[in-house]
Amino acid sequence: MRPAQLALLLALLAGFTLIQIGPLFSLFSKAFLDADGSFAGLQNYADYFGSPSLSVSVRNTVDISFVTTLCSVLLGFAYAYALTRTNMRGKAFFRYTALIPIFLPTVVHALGLVYMFGKQGILTGLGVETELYGRFGIILSEIIYTFPQAFLMFVVALEVADGRLYEAADSMGVSAAGKFFGITLPDIRYTVVNVFFVCFTLAFTDFGAPKVLGGGYNVLATDIYKQIAGQFNMNMGAVVGTLLLLPAVLSFIAGRAVSSRNASTVNAKATRLVIRECAWRDAVFFVFCALVSACFLFLIAVLFMGALTEYYPYNMALTLRHFSFNASTGGIGSYFNSLWMSLLTAVFGTAFAFVYAYMMEKTDGFAALRRYGKLLAALPLALPGMVVGVSFIFFFNARSNPLHFIYGTVVILVLSNILHYFAVPFITATGSLKKLDREFESVSDSMRVSRLRLFLRVSAPLSLTAVLEIFMYYFVNSMVTVSAVVFLYGAKFKVASIAITHMEEAGDISQAAAMSLLILFINVAVRGAYALAAKCTERKIL
Amino acid sequence: MSYLEVRNITKRFDRQTVLANVSADIEKGELVCVLGPSGCGKTTLLRIVAGLETADGGSVYINGRDCTSLSPGKRNFGIVFQSYALFPNMTVAGNILFGLRHKGKLGREEMRARVDEVLRMVDLSEHRNKYPRQLSGGQQQRAALARAIAPAPSYLLLDEPLSALDAKVRVRLRGEIRAIQRALGITTIMVTHDQEEALTMADKIIVMNNATVEQAGTPREVYDRPATPFVANFIGAMNFYPANEVVCAIRPERIEISNAPGSCNVAADIKGFEFKGAMTRIYGILPGQTEICVDISSDRADEIGLCERARLYLRIPEEHLIKYPPPAARVM
Ligand SMILES: Nc1ncnc2c1ncn2[C@@H]1O[C@H](COP(=O)(O)OP(=O)(O)OP(=O)(O)O)[C@@H](O)[C@H]1O
Ligand SMILES: [Mg+2]
Repeated sequence: MRPAQLALLLALLAGFTLIQIGPLFSLFSKAFLDADGSFAGLQNYADYFGSPSLSVSVRNTVDISFVTTLCSVLLGFAYAYALTRTNMRGKAFFRYTALIPIFLPTVVHALGLVYMFGKQGILTGLGVETELYGRFGIILSEIIYTFPQAFLMFVVALEVADGRLYEAADSMGVSAAGKFFGITLPDIRYTVVNVFFVCFTLAFTDFGAPKVLGGGYNVLATDIYKQIAGQFNMNMGAVVGTLLLLPAVLSFIAGRAVSSRNASTVNAKATRLVIRECAWRDAVFFVFCALVSACFLFLIAVLFMGALTEYYPYNMALTLRHFSFNASTGGIGSYFNSLWMSLLTAVFGTAFAFVYAYMMEKTDGFAALRRYGKLLAALPLALPGMVVGVSFIFFFNARSNPLHFIYGTVVILVLSNILHYFAVPFITATGSLKKLDREFESVSDSMRVSRLRLFLRVSAPLSLTAVLEIFMYYFVNSMVTVSAVVFLYGAKFKVASIAITHMEEAGDISQAAAMSLLILFINVAVRGAYALAAKCTERKIL
Repeated sequence: MSYLEVRNITKRFDRQTVLANVSADIEKGELVCVLGPSGCGKTTLLRIVAGLETADGGSVYINGRDCTSLSPGKRNFGIVFQSYALFPNMTVAGNILFGLRHKGKLGREEMRARVDEVLRMVDLSEHRNKYPRQLSGGQQQRAALARAIAPAPSYLLLDEPLSALDAKVRVRLRGEIRAIQRALGITTIMVTHDQEEALTMADKIIVMNNATVEQAGTPREVYDRPATPFVANFIGAMNFYPANEVVCAIRPERIEISNAPGSCNVAADIKGFEFKGAMTRIYGILPGQTEICVDISSDRADEIGLCERARLYLRIPEEHLIKYPPPAARVM
């Protein structure tokens, strides 16, 4: 490895260690110290579990996460199965509608539910009686949040299938159920485990839904917020932070164990699976998908209704006045702040993730450094947004930290987003780089072409689709994130997703809906632009 | 002193020794084939000569200069990989230019002239503006070769350049590569595991097995006087049979046969035979159950009128007999 490469590698690793290990270290040290900074051992944990009002949150959180996960796994699987293993119509449409929740902050899912099931909700008006605030509402909202993730992972797993296995089973006269339980399920067993963990972790650590719908029902994510932002009890906040890490760390370990054995079972000789004609199956799945899609479209519809009517439900005259936001809750400025933050995150995050993946994948030598780098790259998978946010406060807000000045600025928000969402971009970039010929580096070395030039002229252009995908992913997620930024935004730099929670708190629910729509529009536009651009580059390169 | 000298190169990956004390000499302008079974370390040797891999021990001399720790960029070589590694986002001409830009000194016109020249050499002039995916396998191979020779390297490394092609194209390209190599007079190392390729193209063959060099010599030498039973068996076919404390080896085509005893004095029973076009291979059993195979022209086979289980008589010419120490002695 050349000096320039080594310097770059060291710089990347040092930077990443600083923003990842540094804050985590602060978090853990806070959890084991008392308020004066002297060592407290497990005293904080004892206090936490000794207080009934707090420890009940643990039970609540596990409860809602578990129910959410069960529902999302089943629904997500059925929906993905419909799209990949049936001949029903409208697959493209259903694929897009399933993604709607991704484009909105979780507080907006909850807000939509308020419009449907709240005191003046449409469905309440039609006589549907529910106890929205509390367990039921949170679970419903978390299902909306986790369903697309489950669905996407199942689609990826179900899309690959070795047609030969099914043909062999047919030739042996195996029934449809036999094939399902004998071939399909075993094939995706690791995905099922993964989806289970992912959904559980998301529901376990989500802040948006319980913030809006929690009422008196406490969960860990709202606890940590109250401890830190309400009572300034940093040590107790740190304790809750470490508890929030638990499921993600468990799933991280399980994921590592599973992935080492998860060498793709589908090999190059696999033939395409031919989906059998079966009218009633297609009909059943069509109805199912239509219902799920309808729910998501209804969610959007109520936001439109709330945002565009004078004073729902009393005055249904159309108006645009809710789009002129009160300055007190953030104003339109918060929307531009969000755009700016997301753009910065996308630009720097994409560059960082891609260069980082390149250094891991396409350089040789210093195996130990690169192994450490790969571990660092995998860790964010286990970092919930709340934990990123809290640990960033502990780390960067410390007076002794020379980087203290970024606190409350857009910089810290961008850094936290880059870290929080790093895992997926890294995997995308690595996957794309792996597809490039391993000998490009050797050839360019022989021709005295610098690695930098090779990167700029060959590796990066050939990975353009992946780069665009990473950009889109960072942008959309930064637009909707609440959990990390809720601790980090400064008084002068409020972002839109936070503004929505404040509008909701202040009772400006129509403005919250209007702001949600603005977020939805930009996200759908970015996503659409990505789809177009990806199609163009694919055509050019392949 | 040879142009390229490899001295006692040792290379380990983890605990596996991939090259053990490998030495080789390559003269200026020669085409040397490194031949050996899969996994014997051929590619690793090539990459060490290129500087793309660092050896654990030993040295590489280029033109008398110790280049063991020189970076690849300073060694001035061209390389063609089995996968060709053409940049898919550049045309054929673009691929060639990409390497030329860094020769320095060359002006725009000179570069263009050089691209034209090498494209003519590999006969790809009319495909210059195509992308790699629009070329056939053979054309991609030639494009990769053009890219490698364009900067006028002082030596050329080819790692199984033909193995991804089908048989017909492979045979044609053998001739073309050899012709270009001769025309440029460029020192070339070519890795292959195809013995026929090595025999037809090489000035010299280096036969490797199990991380070591078994023999180095002209194609004739390694074929007629294989230094070890491995070489004998790996290149062409060979009969082995024990006799008087040694192992005797004889090529199937060296054995003469006839229907009746006479000058052919060894009796053999025919076990079976294979028609192979111009030649026919006979599988026989000598007294004492030693199996033997004999290649004769198919015309001769007709004359004899082969049939299974018939008896034949063989003559094993002493001058073509190769003797090896018995396996037990060889180990020591
Ligand atoms: N980077 C590496 N790390 C670990 N082992 C390696 C590496 N490169 C090669 N090897 C091992 O070294 C041995 C020799 O590899 P090499 O590629 O030189 O063989 P080869 O003779 O070129 O084989 P082939 O004809 O299949 O290309 C193989 O057993 C291979 O597994
Ligand atoms: Mg090889």
